[in-house]
Amino acid sequence: MSRSRGAAALKATEAVPVFAALADATRLSLLGRLSVDGPLSITHLSEGTGVTRQAITRHLHALGRAGLVRDARHGRERVFALDLKRLEKARQYLDHVSASWDAAAARLKAFVEEEA
Amino acid sequence: MTAEAQMVQDSTSTDRIEKNVVLRAPRSRVWRAITNAKEFGEWFRMKLDGEIVQGATLHGTVTRPGNEHISPIEMLIEQVEPERYFSYRWHPYAIDAAVNYSGEAMTLVEFILDETEGGTAVTIVESGFDRIPLARRTEAFRMNNNGWAGQIKNLAQYVA
Repeated sequence: MSRSRGAAALKATEAVPVFAALADATRLSLLGRLSVDGPLSITHLSEGTGVTRQAITRHLHALGRAGLVRDARHGRERVFALDLKRLEKARQYLDHVSASWDAAAARLKAFVEEEA
Repeated sequence: MTAEAQMVQDSTSTDRIEKNVVLRAPRSRVWRAITNAKEFGEWFRMKLDGEIVQGATLHGTVTRPGNEHISPIEMLIEQVEPERYFSYRWHPYAIDAAVNYSGEAMTLVEFILDETEGGTAVTIVESGFDRIPLARRTEAFRMNNNGWAGQIKNLAQYVA
């Protein structure tokens, strides 16, 4: 019951917006900036990119809807930071499948060895 | 009969999960346990609605306590080579009843048997995760705190 919850948290319906959000060069580079330099304001994020503030804002909102970044107020400024929880969920998926096979292999072992 | 059974070994990479285990039982016994539908159902905890033969499409009902509500899991039997190799395709541990997995890519599961001292070596491989969007990205995100920038580059290559 509770064991299946981990996988249940990885519904395909949840994953689609994540991948859609990632499939864009500008958004990927924004994530790259945030990963290296930490939380940044829109002003900082648009510096030297040749992309308008408005476009950066749109991309950040797309990333926010996908659960990849979150924003917070720092004084008068709004800063954006990476949110790794959603990505961590995706990572847990393979771990979950792997653990399921460990359990299955152990049951197979018990099954064929009990009559030996 | 002298050899202690090894622990299950674990190896997980981008595209595959591999498990190696030595069972203290003859190869014919292990083969029956994994390819006789009734016996498979016992240890796998999934009741199959047909026999395991090459080309068959079976439906497995999960019998694990607390998971009986899960809709039947489709299994396409791909290859059956007596006492050596058995493979099928399915949606990997597709146990979330609320999700319809039928449109998603299937993974390949293989059981490979080899005689070894004291028993039978079984290799279980599940592969093809890279055709499943979620898991494909999973490996790209196998990051540590410092590795994110590099992973973004990997990801950029994936989506390019």
